[in-house]
Amino acid sequence: MYSEKVMDHFQHPRNVGEIENASGVGTVGNAKCGDIMRIFLDIDDETHIIKDCKFKTFGCGAAVATSSMATEMVMGKTIEEAMKVTNKAVMEALDGLPPVKVHCSLLAEEAIHAALWDYAEKHHIVIEGLSKPKSDIHEGEEEEEEDY
Amino acid sequence: MSKMIYLDNAATTRTAPEVVEAMLPYFSELYGNPSSIYDLAGRSKEGITAAREQIAGILGAKKEEIYFTGSGTEADNWALKAAFEAYKNKGNHIITTKIEHHAILHTCEYLAKERGAEITYLDVDENGIIRLEDLEKAIRPETILISVMAANNEIGSIQPIKEIGLIAREHGILFHTDAVQAFCQLPIHVDECNIDMLSSSAHKINGPKGVGFLYIRKGVKIRSFVHGGAQERKRRAGTENVPGIVGYGAAAKRAWDSMEERTAKERELRDYLISRITEEIPYVKLNGHPVKRLPNNVNVSFRFVEGESLLLMLDGCGICASSGSACTSGSLDPSHVLLAIGLPHEIAHGSLRLTLSEEITKEDLDYTVEKLKEIVQNLRNMSPLYEDFMKKQEETNVQ
Ligand SMILES: Cc1ncc(COP(=O)(O)O)c(C=O)c1O
Repeated sequence: MYSEKVMDHFQHPRNVGEIENASGVGTVGNAKCGDIMRIFLDIDDETHIIKDCKFKTFGCGAAVATSSMATEMVMGKTIEEAMKVTNKAVMEALDGLPPVKVHCSLLAEEAIHAALWDYAEKHHIVIEGLSKPKSDIHEGEEEEEEDY
Repeated sequence: MSKMIYLDNAATTRTAPEVVEAMLPYFSELYGNPSSIYDLAGRSKEGITAAREQIAGILGAKKEEIYFTGSGTEADNWALKAAFEAYKNKGNHIITTKIEHHAILHTCEYLAKERGAEITYLDVDENGIIRLEDLEKAIRPETILISVMAANNEIGSIQPIKEIGLIAREHGILFHTDAVQAFCQLPIHVDECNIDMLSSSAHKINGPKGVGFLYIRKGVKIRSFVHGGAQERKRRAGTENVPGIVGYGAAAKRAWDSMEERTAKERELRDYLISRITEEIPYVKLNGHPVKRLPNNVNVSFRFVEGESLLLMLDGCGICASSGSACTSGSLDPSHVLLAIGLPHEIAHGSLRLTLSEEITKEDLDYTVEKLKEIVQNLRNMSPLYEDFMKKQEETNVQ
C-alpha cells in the first residue's frame, strides 16, 4: 500500500523526540480523528536558521512518515525557506501517498507553521505568509477519560 | 520470509489442505453442470447434496432449508431485502443492532432510504451485548423482522440468540441471525433458538472464499433474490459453484467434528493471551465480554497508540492482525462497534484484534506478546498524547 520511502520513514523515523526549551513548538490535529503531530524547532535568533527540529506523532503510517520527512526537509533551512516546505513537497519527497492517506500529510505543513507561529509570537516578529494555526488538539477533550 | 504468525482468522482462514483435496476433483474431472441429466452431472449434484446434508445436520435443519449463495454478504442481503419485500403488507419495521457487520447495516440503510423501511438499531452494553428489555421495548405491531448477529466479528461478543428467538416467536416476528463468525465455533440449533433465517460463510471455517449459505425455515415466504434457472429450488438461480460448495461441506464437517476440542484449546490460549497483554502492558483495556466471546477472539485497546501504526509494525515482525482504527477502516471514524460499546474515539483508534486458529501455539503467542510490548512502548515514546499524559502524571505526583 505504501511506497518504500514511506515505509522507510515509518520504520526508521528521523528526528523523533523533544527539544528542551525549544524556540517554537506547534501541535496540530486531534485525537478524535486519530492524528496528532507536534513539532519542536530550535531556531537561531540572528540568522533565523533552523538548527534542530524534532517531532512526536500519534497517527497512522502516513502521519509518522510525513512528520519524519518534514523534519528532514526544514532542518538547516531559514524560516523563509521552511515556509516553502508544503504538503505537496513532502508528499513528493515520499514518492506519493495512497489517496485515502493524503489528509494525513496535511498535518505536516500545519505543524511546522504552528511551531513557527509560536516562535514568531515569542519573539514579536512577523513571518510573511504565516497565519494563526487553526487546529486545536484540545477539541473534544471533554469526552470522558477512562481509567485503566 | 521468516516465520509468519497469522492472527487474523476473523478476516479469513487458511483453506484446509483436506478441504482443497475434497474440492479438486470437481474442477477438471467431475465438471458436469448439476442441472444436466447424464451421470457426470449427477456426480456434481451428489457433491452438492452431500454438502447440503452435512450443513443441515449441524444446524438441526432439513437439507431443503439450506440455500447456497456466493458469500455471507449475499446471504445477509437476501435475508433482509427479501423478507422486507415478502412481509411489507404486514409492516415495515426491522430491529437490528448497532454492532452488525456492514453486510447488514448497509442493507438496512438501503431499505430505509429506498424502500421505506423503519429500522431500530439496538444499543449494546459496554461488553457488546444487547439488552433483552431493549428488544422487547422496540417491538411494534408493524415489526416484521429481528436481525441480530450470533457473534460479533470485531470484539467476539456472543448474543443471547436463544432468548432473542423466544421473544421473536412469542410476537410472531421473523428472526434472522448473521452466524458468519459463529457457525461451527458455537453450537447453534435452529429449532432450539427459533431461528427463521441464518447466514454463514465458508471462508471463516477453513473453507474456500466466495461461498456462503442462507438457512430459510420451511414456510418462510422468501422469494428468489437472483432470477434465472431453477437452481436452489428456484430461489437462487445461477449454475452452482460446485467445488466451492463441496469445499464448504468438507470444511463444515471438519470444523464441526473438531469443535469441542479445538475451541477448548483456543479458549485456553485466548485467555492466556488476554492475561499476558493486560498484565504486562500498561494502559490497555480488553474490548468485549470477558467470557461470552468467541473462542478465538482477542480485542484490546492501547492508549496513546494508533492502530494502523501498530499493524504495520507487527507486520514487520511477521504478525498478521487487524484494527478498528479509522485509518484501517478507510473512513475518518473508527469502528462503529468500538464506538457502540462506548469507547472514546481516541481509544478506539488504538484497538488491536488478534484472532487465533487451531494452528497457533503458545510459543507463537509468547513471541507476539514480546513484540507487542516493544512496539507499543516505541509508539508511545513517539506519541505526543503519551508525553502529555506522563507530564500530567508527574505533576500530580509532585503535588
Ligand atoms: C459477521 C459477518 N457477517 C458477514 C460477513 C461477510 O461474509 P463474506 O465475507 O462471506 O461476504 C462477515 C465477514 O467478514 C462477517 O464477519
